[in-house]
Amino acid sequence: MSETGYAASPRIRWTEWLPWLAGVAVFFLLPEYLLFGARILTYILFALSLDLIVGYAGIVTLGHSAFFGAGAYVAGILAAKVKLTDPIVLLVAATVAAGVLGVTTGAVILRTRGLTQLMLTLAIAALCLEVANKATPITGGADGLSGVTIAPIFGLFRFDLFGKTAYLLCLVTLLAGWWLVRRLIYSPFGATLTGIRENSDRMHAIGAPVYRRLLAVYTISAMIAGVAGALSTETNQFVGLNVLGFEPSGELLVMLILGGVGRLYGAFVGPVVFLIAQDALAKQFPQFWYLGIGLMLVLVVLFARGGLLGLADALAARVRRSV
Amino acid sequence: MTHTALETRALCKSFGALTVADQIDFRLETGIRHALIGPNGAGKTTFVNMLTGRLAPSSGQVLLGGGDVTRLSQEARVKRGLGRTFQINTLFRGMTVLDNVALGVAERQRVGGRPWRPASAYAHVRDEAVDLLRTFGLETDARRRVVDLPYGKQRLVEIAIALGLQPTVLLLDEPAAGVPSLESGRILDALAQLPAHIAIMIIEHDMDLVFRFAQRITVLVQGQVLREGPPAEIADDPRVHQAYLGERRG
Amino acid sequence: MDALLSSLVSIAFHGVAYGMVLYVISVGLSVTMGLMGFVNLAHGVFAMAGGYILTSSLGRFALPFPVAVGLAFLLVAIGSMALERGLYRHFYGAGELEQVLFTIGLIFMAVAIAQLVFGTLQQPVALPPWLKGQFPLLGRDFPAYRVFLIVVSGAMIAALWFGVERTLWGAMVRAAVDNRAMAQSIGINTRQLFALTFALGSGLAGLGGALGAEIIAVQPTYPFEHLIYFLTVVSVGGLGSLRGPFVAALFIGVSDTACKYWLPQFGAFFIYAATIAILLWRPTGLFGTRV
Repeated sequence: MSETGYAASPRIRWTEWLPWLAGVAVFFLLPEYLLFGARILTYILFALSLDLIVGYAGIVTLGHSAFFGAGAYVAGILAAKVKLTDPIVLLVAATVAAGVLGVTTGAVILRTRGLTQLMLTLAIAALCLEVANKATPITGGADGLSGVTIAPIFGLFRFDLFGKTAYLLCLVTLLAGWWLVRRLIYSPFGATLTGIRENSDRMHAIGAPVYRRLLAVYTISAMIAGVAGALSTETNQFVGLNVLGFEPSGELLVMLILGGVGRLYGAFVGPVVFLIAQDALAKQFPQFWYLGIGLMLVLVVLFARGGLLGLADALAARVRRSV
Repeated sequence: MTHTALETRALCKSFGALTVADQIDFRLETGIRHALIGPNGAGKTTFVNMLTGRLAPSSGQVLLGGGDVTRLSQEARVKRGLGRTFQINTLFRGMTVLDNVALGVAERQRVGGRPWRPASAYAHVRDEAVDLLRTFGLETDARRRVVDLPYGKQRLVEIAIALGLQPTVLLLDEPAAGVPSLESGRILDALAQLPAHIAIMIIEHDMDLVFRFAQRITVLVQGQVLREGPPAEIADDPRVHQAYLGERRG
Repeated sequence: MDALLSSLVSIAFHGVAYGMVLYVISVGLSVTMGLMGFVNLAHGVFAMAGGYILTSSLGRFALPFPVAVGLAFLLVAIGSMALERGLYRHFYGAGELEQVLFTIGLIFMAVAIAQLVFGTLQQPVALPPWLKGQFPLLGRDFPAYRVFLIVVSGAMIAALWFGVERTLWGAMVRAAVDNRAMAQSIGINTRQLFALTFALGSGLAGLGGALGAEIIAVQPTYPFEHLIYFLTVVSVGGLGSLRGPFVAALFIGVSDTACKYWLPQFGAFFIYAATIAILLWRPTGLFGTRV
């Protein structure tokens, strides 16, 4: 577990620069994979937002795609129908829209717990999917929303076919998102979230406004997910129904669990491993892919609850002990 | 004039046909050491939960420092000086001992919601938490996770968290429950050291501890106050004996 | 006027048939969730398994319909018991997140296995001739299959309710749902009770999946696609309750049918909106007592 709290040093360790080094290296060394890379970066940001509420605050949700989808559709609709095409403006608009959705649904969901809460997250995501599916004139329905054109960033950098611009935009946005999330989890607010996850009764008893804190983090998480959604729209210049519903939510949960939940960098490792494996295997062996995912999930929760990073930590500890 | 730290007036609670608190009038004076005793199922925990705001009473009032807090949330009551410990360990198990205490201190200092500067930059929170740990002899355990602590020490952490809220009223729900008798002496020592101005109500089954600690005792039986008075009177009251013997027979 | 009446009757009829099937599938989930506090998202897997057992018994092995339905119940119950002993029981004390992830993992595996064995297409249901025609009642014709569904499900539900209300097993289940610690302290072997109840609930899901194979198409993504309906029945009805999910299932069955008939352009929108509204109004469900 990455250590936070009142005795933890917030200094950025050298290992924490590695993902960014890798991100820049990919840009120069693997130019033919930049569109795929942009997709991975988008998912890392999305997973990071989920980690904030699942890993830190302990809210189990099956509907996080609602915010990603809201961001994606708002950016797409503004670009395709309103002809508002500035990518930065679209990111901001998606953030606001997802934030509004987050604070209104959060106000409802966070008053409940257990099965009811789980069910509400699922129902709200299903509702969003149904709206996108049926409001065909605005969203394009099952055919998806096409005709999305995005203007160059600052009027200078146009979105190219190889995804160079998109990749860099995603990388910079992710850096900003990571910095924000990192500050949050090292702050007293972040310590409170861990406290709520560990024992919400006790948080009430020490006088913490639990509901308000949860609503705050839920809204922030929704906004970050909305940004990720808008990034996906700008990269692909298209929005499909597959950004909404239970399946993308479940898939994201799988990525996060694979990387390691509640440890910040699990949100980096999970999507990278998952999406590369999916790209390599899923098309040739779709059935075995799902079988493998299912098996992996069961094994992770049975034997390796810290995910890949947890395994790496355990391995490192063993090596250190034997040296 | 003696000031009443905590008071209830005709407090009632029923679940359907079952009445678990029946017209409880209770006064806790400032700085007093008061014990609440009674057989299992007498409604002690229900009573405490109504005092702290975890449970809403069916009727009656709760007054804290003279002000009516019956409708206030748990959080608001804590802010007005009401602290509590739990009967069953309810700590932040995966967190360090220091963070367990610091979380409460941060809430009291109203910095618990600050989202930007790192927690470690709030030195006044950390220092106060460390001081608290020192008074309980826990400073060397500050960086250990709570789950790795022996049970007796966990109970001390529980009390340290409550003290970090700087309460004027402290409710201790069976502070020595489950602690091996060798270690329970340490709990009693810790209780004896608590600041004199805090009004303390303790719920306890260990009569030895109760009679050594309390200046006043209230006996609760079947949701009603059976008797209230100084320890000597309570010890001699035949009705109290009967209530306890009755429990043993049943 | 008569057209409206006839569409009303038809919607009510189809809706009730659908709702009954939903109830038979979901009731086990309500009981096991109430009893064990276990969030089992993979419950639909048992229903799907029942569906596949029925379609292959009828198609490949040409067994009589009642035998196929009985097999669906029996095999799913036995299989679920093995799963419970082998895997589920490791998660009883675990957190909600672990249970959710574990059961999502099971769904993924079940979907993949179904695809490997049966392919991605919807399975045809080779109904016997006596279930294919129309059944005349009060001057109208009703599809015989749905009449059969309502009658058989109704009988099953009656037997189940009788069992829970009147048998020792039912008394033990009710006691354990109310207060597990108390039930254990009076000597109820809750471990055995869980295993048995889990098997029965899963078997019922298999039975429901088999009976309803013609209404809820048997294909590999079944457990994902209908998950929200099963969970809605349980959460709207109330955990641990028998009557609540029945009301909820009928409500969903009828209103889903009505919406698809009258307002197809809105899809399942109203169902989801109603679910959210009901859970806001009563977070523990219509007949639930606990969260």
